[in-house]
Amino acid sequence: MATLQIREALRRAMTEEMRRDERVYLMGEEVAFYDGAYKVSQGMLKEFGEKRIIDTPIAENGFSGIAIGSAMAGLRPIVELMTWNFSLVAYDQIINNAAKIFQMSGGQYPVPIVFRGPTGAAENLGSQHSMSLEGIYAHFPGLKVVSVGTAADAYGLLKSAIRDDNPVCFMESEMLYGLKGEVPDEEHLIPLGKADIKRKGTDVVLVTWNKQIHTCLAAAEQLEKEGISAMVLDLRTIRPLDEEALFTAAAACRRVVVVQEGYPFAGVGAEISARVHEACFDSLDAPILRVTNRDINQPYATNLEQLVMPNATRVIEAARHVCHRAR
Amino acid sequence: MADGQTPPAPNSEAPTRPQLTEWYRMMLLIRRVEELAAKAYTQKKILGFCHLYIGQEAVAVGSAAALTPDDYVVTAYRDHGQIMSRGVSPRAMMAELFGRSPGVSHGIGGSMHLSSREHNFFGGYGIVGGHIPLAAGAAFAAKYRGDGRVALCYFGDGAAQQGAFFEAMAMAQLWKLPVVFLCENNYYAMGTSLERQSYLIDMSQRGDGVGMKRWQFPGFDVVEVYENVRRAVDHARSGAGPVILEAVTYRYRGHSMSDPAKYRKDGELDSFRAKDCIKNAEARLLALGANAEELTRLQGEVDAEAQDAYDFADKAPIPDPATLYDYVYAPEAPAAAPGTEGGR
Repeated sequence: MATLQIREALRRAMTEEMRRDERVYLMGEEVAFYDGAYKVSQGMLKEFGEKRIIDTPIAENGFSGIAIGSAMAGLRPIVELMTWNFSLVAYDQIINNAAKIFQMSGGQYPVPIVFRGPTGAAENLGSQHSMSLEGIYAHFPGLKVVSVGTAADAYGLLKSAIRDDNPVCFMESEMLYGLKGEVPDEEHLIPLGKADIKRKGTDVVLVTWNKQIHTCLAAAEQLEKEGISAMVLDLRTIRPLDEEALFTAAAACRRVVVVQEGYPFAGVGAEISARVHEACFDSLDAPILRVTNRDINQPYATNLEQLVMPNATRVIEAARHVCHRAR
Repeated sequence: MADGQTPPAPNSEAPTRPQLTEWYRMMLLIRRVEELAAKAYTQKKILGFCHLYIGQEAVAVGSAAALTPDDYVVTAYRDHGQIMSRGVSPRAMMAELFGRSPGVSHGIGGSMHLSSREHNFFGGYGIVGGHIPLAAGAAFAAKYRGDGRVALCYFGDGAAQQGAFFEAMAMAQLWKLPVVFLCENNYYAMGTSLERQSYLIDMSQRGDGVGMKRWQFPGFDVVEVYENVRRAVDHARSGAGPVILEAVTYRYRGHSMSDPAKYRKDGELDSFRAKDCIKNAEARLLALGANAEELTRLQGEVDAEAQDAYDFADKAPIPDPATLYDYVYAPEAPAAAPGTEGGR
């Protein structure tokens, strides 16, 4: 086992896949000569050259569309979005083209492409740079959506995403790029669509992904001291959703809290809550609660921003509530 | 004239009589098939949106003649003529319009989303301008592999206002991608006339902003279209970079079947019908020694082929409901050895 930062795990995944398959290339703003806005692609220009590590102009809609067209013509692009916030100007390409072309063409044109970059808030980045956008991509059939929070998952899932013949929205976190974790020395692929139990528990399951895994692990530790055994279920892939793991955990723990960053209204947490209620109603001892961003755009000031975000205290309160331990 | 606006010298022979006959036949076939599509639409056999190409046939046929079968084609929703000029059978095209299973996209695409991988026809797209980056992407792949292919992108004067178009042009020129952007300026963006929706009325001038080679030509004569597009394709294939062209053309019908086109000026349609591309090709054929009987026979064959496509589509099976989810996601990738050009 090697201990890698998440950015290093992502880089290792891309580098191995580019050595393995010359159709794979990396395109995005500042990925080459700047070594990546968050240094994920550091050193890759040196190994692969300008043909395969491609700096783009600041034109997300255009270069996303170019990458999609190249995928239809047989290449396997990785598009780095400096953040998913900027993907909104490329939304038409990702939704109307990448997600739909395989079906619209009656199965003639697969679009093997990965769009990847950080999602969610960092710190004090204000309203336009702090969004979590899993929900608005998971909404669409034809896309797969992965959102990772550990180095091993970043490595194993990115490799699978690059080999997938479908468009994959791969979401990371600015706050976690430096987080270290163990990654297997040998090549290791994690299939898309498989959740992972990050902590075992029996009284309540905290369903989460990406940065909030770590909020939930901290909350679970505190809850343990109060006599509440909390499972932390990391979905890892939002679409396709691992319903089997989700329903098994919900039925076993009988109480569910979904912990997500991002807006609550029509968010991923709402979808999970609906599905678990529909499938597991008889097994549940309490209505499912959601801990999300407050329903507001991100303010800049530190104290206000902290009020908006999920945190361990809010997770603990929700867990106590569903376990009928409210104080 | 600035250097960027000078078409390269022609490097192709004038078309032979058999070539011109084939182009004439294809233009006529597109028109007859679309006339039957219009009929089928009024019969409610074709549903949804149906955008006819009638009047613009010289552009699709002349430009397709300038390509090799390996080249890529991307277009918008007015795509019936372009997919047929690429060699897709009228039967497979019409069956798609009817929403039937033997259609090019198994009845899933419909009129606006015709595609054929076998013909390197990436498809018709319904978001105005959204398809243009795909063509630059196909050209990117061609350059990446160094396989000598060119991508041809059709779009209208309406799409020439979209951001996706400007971004695609900027990167195509920056990276010298082998792509030809061919604007079919048919004078109307849906119902808004050219001068009411654009300050510049020659869309090839959009190329000046990114330093791209560009010129405009009349799109009413298939030979003239061929010669102009051929020069642009040769330029792109040589590695010298992309070209943006504008073909001046005109659609005789409304934007779609639901548009009676009442916004036209008096006499406008007749003035363009006087320049009709099919009549022009007839005149050229007669000048090359074809006789009227020959043309009449050809017209009869084309009428029969168009009617055959209609009959085929009308009798074709509807899609099997069991296939509903078949193409939402591509299946697991085969374990084929990577590192090659790949099958796509």
